Amino acid sequence: MTMLALLPSIASAADANETFAQALKPLATASFQEKQQVIAAIAATRHPNARPVLSALLEGNLHTRDADQRIFIVTEGEEGLALTDPLMLQAAGSAPADEFTKITTNNQLRKALRGLIAGFDLSDPDAEVRLAAVSEMLRTLDEDGVLILRQRVAEESDSKVRSAIETGLALADLDNEDAAVRLAAAVRLEDSLSPDVYNRLKELTGRGDDGAFNEPDDQVRAAAAATVRNIDNWRSIYGGVETLFFGLSLGSVLVLAAIGLAITFGVMGVINMAHGELIMLGAYTTYVMQLLMPSHIGASVVVAIPMAFLVAGTVGILIERGVVRFLYGRPLETLLATFGVSLILQQIVRDIFTANNRPVETPAWMAGSWQINEALSITYNRLYVILFTAVVFTVLLIVLKKTTLGLKVRAVAQNRAMAKSMGVRTEWVDALTFGLGSGIAGVAGVALSQLTNVGPNLGQQYIIDSFMVVVFGGVANLWGTLIGGMSLGVINKVLEPFAGAVLAKILVLIALILFIQRRPRGLFPQKGRAAEG
Amino acid sequence: MKPSTPLMESLLGERGTRIFLSVLVATAVLVPVLHLTFDAGSPLHLSSYTMTLIGKYMTYALLAVAVDLVWGYCGILSLGHAAFFALGGYAMGMYLMRQIGTRGVYADPILPDFMVFLNWKELPWFWQGFDMFWFAALMVILVPGLLALLFGWLAFRSRVTGVYLSIITQALTYALMLAFFRNDMGFGGNNGLTDFKDILGFGINQPGTRVGLFVASAIALGLGYLACRYITLSRAGRVVQAIRDAESRTRFIGYRVESYKLWVFTFSAVLAGIAGALYVPQVGIINPSEFQPINSIEVVIWVAVGGRGTLYGAVAGAVIVNYAKSYFTAAVPEFWLYALGALFVLVTLFLPRGVVGLADRFTPGSREPVPEAAKA
Amino acid sequence: MNASTALRQGWQKVFGTGARSERPIAPDTTHGTILYLEDITVSFDGFKALNALTLYVDAGELRCIIGPNGAGKTTMMDVITGKTRPDAGSAWFGQTIDLLTLTEPQIAEAGIGRKFQKPTVFEQHTVLENLELAAAGNKSIWATLFSPLTAVQRDRIDHVLETVRLQDRRDTRAGVLSHGQKQWLEIGMLLMQDAQMLLVDEPVAGMTPQEVERTAELLLSLEGQHSVVVVEHDMNFVRSIARKVTVLHEGHVLAEGTMDQVQNDAKVVEVYLGE
Repeated sequence: MTMLALLPSIASAADANETFAQALKPLATASFQEKQQVIAAIAATRHPNARPVLSALLEGNLHTRDADQRIFIVTEGEEGLALTDPLMLQAAGSAPADEFTKITTNNQLRKALRGLIAGFDLSDPDAEVRLAAVSEMLRTLDEDGVLILRQRVAEESDSKVRSAIETGLALADLDNEDAAVRLAAAVRLEDSLSPDVYNRLKELTGRGDDGAFNEPDDQVRAAAAATVRNIDNWRSIYGGVETLFFGLSLGSVLVLAAIGLAITFGVMGVINMAHGELIMLGAYTTYVMQLLMPSHIGASVVVAIPMAFLVAGTVGILIERGVVRFLYGRPLETLLATFGVSLILQQIVRDIFTANNRPVETPAWMAGSWQINEALSITYNRLYVILFTAVVFTVLLIVLKKTTLGLKVRAVAQNRAMAKSMGVRTEWVDALTFGLGSGIAGVAGVALSQLTNVGPNLGQQYIIDSFMVVVFGGVANLWGTLIGGMSLGVINKVLEPFAGAVLAKILVLIALILFIQRRPRGLFPQKGRAAEG
Repeated sequence: MKPSTPLMESLLGERGTRIFLSVLVATAVLVPVLHLTFDAGSPLHLSSYTMTLIGKYMTYALLAVAVDLVWGYCGILSLGHAAFFALGGYAMGMYLMRQIGTRGVYADPILPDFMVFLNWKELPWFWQGFDMFWFAALMVILVPGLLALLFGWLAFRSRVTGVYLSIITQALTYALMLAFFRNDMGFGGNNGLTDFKDILGFGINQPGTRVGLFVASAIALGLGYLACRYITLSRAGRVVQAIRDAESRTRFIGYRVESYKLWVFTFSAVLAGIAGALYVPQVGIINPSEFQPINSIEVVIWVAVGGRGTLYGAVAGAVIVNYAKSYFTAAVPEFWLYALGALFVLVTLFLPRGVVGLADRFTPGSREPVPEAAKA
Repeated sequence: MNASTALRQGWQKVFGTGARSERPIAPDTTHGTILYLEDITVSFDGFKALNALTLYVDAGELRCIIGPNGAGKTTMMDVITGKTRPDAGSAWFGQTIDLLTLTEPQIAEAGIGRKFQKPTVFEQHTVLENLELAAAGNKSIWATLFSPLTAVQRDRIDHVLETVRLQDRRDTRAGVLSHGQKQWLEIGMLLMQDAQMLLVDEPVAGMTPQEVERTAELLLSLEGQHSVVVVEHDMNFVRSIARKVTVLHEGHVLAEGTMDQVQNDAKVVEVYLGE
């Protein structure tokens, strides 16, 4: 254990050690009641070793040697007990266990010990340790604790710790006999989102078993009720923010999955039913990259992005050259043929990787979550998916708007015959467009590998959703896909708490069928004469 | 309202139709005879399994005919027709569940086992009436019919066409699949409806009942086929094909294109529902996986393989593909998806008119593949 | 009896074919004008295909409409036949029929027939079937499903086959006809529709000179009984049939009058020379 508590006002180490030893000594023989005072005295020395000694006592590791009543911190070793000298915190050899007696504690003592230890931790330089100490103290708060906390709050620099202390003190004040103090506390708590506070205040506004109010004072009760309402409001706002966040992250997944489809459908009028399987290939590429570089999981995911783009893009170009190009102008046949391709791709993956889901590891930097406050936390993988989608979307937008390829792609989308007569090699543009759309599907697969199981059916799960996004957003431009995907994601998550996940999905599908009543070509339809074709 | 005599004659005018009907009649007579009159040891005996399999193929064929009517003739590529098939099947399944009565595991006279298991106390309203065969039979027609009517009305009215329509039909069956998987829906959730005991008082596994179901499937297929053939030969049929080829032109000469589409779509859905209702007692189960989008797409490939826009091609395709499926999934299961996938690609690329078109091209005047496959 | 009526009524309600068994009210042309287009404006993405177009066509008149590409000729036809809804303006067929409230098939039934710029016949159907599809009469599902063609309709088909000179081709698939024959078949379909008003978009494109001549004869023979609006680029053809010519430019009427008047109009000369 590291001992870094640097306390001021220690005149000399020797004096301090002497005081500490004196304070420690009575522990060997004291009764439970006496021990209460003894441990308080030990704590009062503010000696650097006070905390380890107290926590050893709490854990039952403080023993007296029967021979000379000396006190040691012990740990169970192979040959009896390993001894540590409490004054110097140095190893002091080992000895058979039967030569020692454990210094016993009772519930009351343990409670006191926990409070005292927390008091030490309150001065720890690490804010996390202080925060843990505060919550520990709040569990067993007595008057002394309140005093310690009051002292601490003045010098506390970390805002989280301070607000935790203030919350705790206010909670303690709620038990104060003076109604004015209670009232002030109830008002002060209004910014807290902690469930403890909420439950405590809620309790105050209610009646006990005997029918009397738990809180006799009307004003305090009213303030408590107001605070409860306030907390309720904040909680629902944060709940809304969280739902929005979940919705946006689901929406991002949908956008990623659908955007490649929107490109091939919008530019070429081709429905690619194998799109889902291209996503699946991207996910498997991630898996393979992790197999190839097992010691660099974090980097493997990054490397997988261009690799997945290449793999899925190549397969896409093969599909276009091998099947789709013979079927231009026959969208329904294209749909069927590419569906056949999707079955074959699924089976290939099954034969190579078996039908079982493959484990894809999440890099450390994507694990965990960002705790914004007590009511709101955001998981990093969802956050990264949103950011990743934004990046992919921006890159695509730039590719389509600023590059020659983009120019040609848009020209072909608007007027194929004209583009051809202007010397655009439409065949080449078609192949590259299809490759681009497929490559994006592969990139989507990398993202999905971090969120869902990687198995042969991965693609099928997303294909219908992707189509819904395209139908909803329209095919005229990428923004339609973005808005379409995000809205579907958010709507889905908003409905989920009321309807459950499955019913929410069904409701969205029904809503979509009704939506295309009003806008048969989506939010952003192609306009003018071109749309009639 | 009776069709005129020349029309009746032209109903049988096509060689494909004549061959199909002869094979169908022969099958409907021979199979039961071979099954019932010969002992199990005899080489001429046809097992109950084989008869049921052929009966199942016939219900698939009726479904394929229904899809051919909307796709091959009207140009509506429905990727959700298996949903109507499944709904018809569920209506029949509900009747069969109510017939179980006290013979269920929990022996509840009213509630099917899965409801007792879910601790339900009362029969939900939508299960009322299904103890009567006539009501269930009516629902077999009404439920798919009304759903198709509503869905088609919404879709065609706003002129959703082409791949957009295909996609939302797929969404329809997907939504239904999700819904039927839920236990709360009251259709047995994941497990669906099964363990049927009897139909119209006859034990469902009795040889006589099996033969009856088989013959009923054959008759349904024959009548469904003739009804579709009648439609395609009528002036309405020519309008429908005109819509397929040049929709807006048809509109400009004064036809209400949306109404025609809606009507064909609904009629076809009803046929699909009837097919489903005959399918369920023969296979003995109906569950939500029947709603899977892939099922609907597979039906389309049956039609494409056989040759769309011919009706008998749809029958041939349904039988060929399903026979191949039965064979492959037993012999080399991992090969089946390759075969099916390749079938999709090759047929669309090289056989736009399907097997029927191939037969016409290479051997004019010879027999078509329908009888070959139907015997299997 | 009652049940059958109820069934039929229900059917008609659902499939929207009610009240169409008899011929719909003919356009009221007592004022001598059959088509009133007033201040019609259509824009696509800010581009005004029609800009406050006002045009009247008399009953029984043969009118030619010319104009450079993009003048709005096809869009005008789209508006009249219900394919495109204008952003502003009114379109009346006779005194009483508001075209803007009707769907395409209703407009067709009211008596406006259209031949497209690109010949669109039903290629998979035979010549006979094409004409039969176009035949005037009850076009409800019920009727087409259960009643065969009437004798009158059959006679009419024979007559039209003769008029468009396709008697020998009656059982040929329309898809294999020559370009000129397709044009003729489409005109034949217009005749079958027995429309009060015919909109004919580029009828002689791709025709041989003899075919052009016969087409001119045919269109002239319709004059009087039908109102015919012809859109054409072929100036010689227009000159051969035109009584009155309307010049469209940038979505509105630039000039109107006889061929000679129009050709000498300064604005028209400028537009055509400037092109």
